[in-house]
Amino acid sequence: MSMPFYVSPEQIMKDKADYARKGIARGRSAVVLQYDGGILFVADNMSRTLHKISELYDRVAFAAVGRYNEFENLRLAGVRFADMHGYTYDRSDVTGQMLANAYAQTLGAVFTDSNKPWEVEIVVGEVGETSDTDQIYRITFDGSVVDEHDFLAMGGSAERVTTALRERYVKGAPLAEALDAAVHALAHENGEQRELEAASLEVAVLERSRPHRKFRRIQGDRLVRMLEGARAAGKGSPAGPRSPEGGAGAD
Amino acid sequence: MSEAFGGSGRLPAAFMSPGTSSFVDFLSAVSPDRLPGRSDLPQGGSGAHLTPEATTIVAMTFPGGVILAGDRRATSGNVIANRDMDKLFRTDEFSAMAIAGAAGIGIELAKLFQVELEHYEKREGRPLSLEGKANRLATMIRSNLGLAMQGFVVVPLLVGYDESRSEGRIFSYDPVGGRYEEHRYHSIGSGSVYARGSLKKLYREDLTETDAALAALQALYDAADDDSATGGPDVYRKIYPLIDVVTDEGHRRMAAAEVEELAETVVTGRTERPDGPTAPVR
Repeated sequence: MSMPFYVSPEQIMKDKADYARKGIARGRSAVVLQYDGGILFVADNMSRTLHKISELYDRVAFAAVGRYNEFENLRLAGVRFADMHGYTYDRSDVTGQMLANAYAQTLGAVFTDSNKPWEVEIVVGEVGETSDTDQIYRITFDGSVVDEHDFLAMGGSAERVTTALRERYVKGAPLAEALDAAVHALAHENGEQRELEAASLEVAVLERSRPHRKFRRIQGDRLVRMLEGARAAGKGSPAGPRSPEGGAGAD
Repeated sequence: MSEAFGGSGRLPAAFMSPGTSSFVDFLSAVSPDRLPGRSDLPQGGSGAHLTPEATTIVAMTFPGGVILAGDRRATSGNVIANRDMDKLFRTDEFSAMAIAGAAGIGIELAKLFQVELEHYEKREGRPLSLEGKANRLATMIRSNLGLAMQGFVVVPLLVGYDESRSEGRIFSYDPVGGRYEEHRYHSIGSGSVYARGSLKKLYREDLTETDAALAALQALYDAADDDSATGGPDVYRKIYPLIDVVTDEGHRRMAAAEVEELAETVVTGRTERPDGPTAPVR
């Protein structure tokens, strides 16, 4: 038996991180942004049934990019965790922060303990009473948590998408305008400029004013109509699709 | 929270296993002590006096939906334990349930059923069919049989809007978990005999939502008239029966002001005819 070569812990961690990043970069992106009535989730997703965006609890939603089987596992565990906590205590005691922590611990443990890190990046969003109390947590493959504000992009070419999103994002914008910004950003993935249609988008909102469960999917005819409205809203703003260099609508 | 979460704070392995989409099954595997009615009780003697009894519930279909109404009283023997109790539970967007019998267990059961339906919907990405919901509730009642035999009998009434058939439906249960579909109208609880007699005379196929609510209030009034455990409209304290409506637009709790107005109509009518409206003999 030969002794294995010594590999430094730094190298192991770096290799794992590179592996995870590569895996995540293969997939399409998703964006999460606040609008005047809640939080909007938009993912580039051809499937109508295999979701990247889902409901976790009354005020909490989940969005993910990367390997489907891995983030689906996290989603299902999160639903169990939230339902069990809400059943044991009270529905109002289930918070996004709690779920974000559980996910961070889980991903962190997987990253250090196992040979193969999970190739996922997830977002836990919680809609509050006002937009100031909205919470958006981004949890990466190694278990780090970032408390995000306003908007974020994750997946394939998150940096490009973030830049495109920054151009259009307006704080406190209505839903149509926010959707336009999201679609504009996703269309800039991989440097290409594509025209995204309703069929290739998965859209959902956490709507502040909704009673009981605030998560709602926007699909079918409703999405088509909303996208038309969003395009109109986008054309009206200073940074229309024809002139992406026209500057951001706000600040 | 508890043993399942001891230590690292990461999600326990049981949470990550693919397993079942039923919350009840999951809970009985991971933390069975959290389920209602799973604790062993000393044999012999009835413990029924330990929790109040919830009383009369009526349900009725009308074109396009179903209505569920309950009185507000809970009794412990001859004592009124609670005069503004809410026995109706919104279980999901298109269904509601009400309980009669051992209140403590019934409320817990309704809460668990609510989580069960939502849990399934979130995991599977689509809600259970109304039949599926009705069957699931039957299994949950059956698991309470041990307690039922010691006096803690809970009997629910489930109503829902069946989207595949575009109509409201009513399901009743026995303490063993037997599931029976009821047509047109049904009532459960201590005053149910009187309420059903009243509904029998007032029910018509073409009732509007408001008229169905009025008929339900008349039936509850008749139940309260003859059953001491059923509470009638309390005009001084402004405590009126509660009414849930389930239609294709989903579940809605009828506004307090709306119920008050209907209840006042019933009470005023009874000052002239204490026995309520008459039905034609032929």
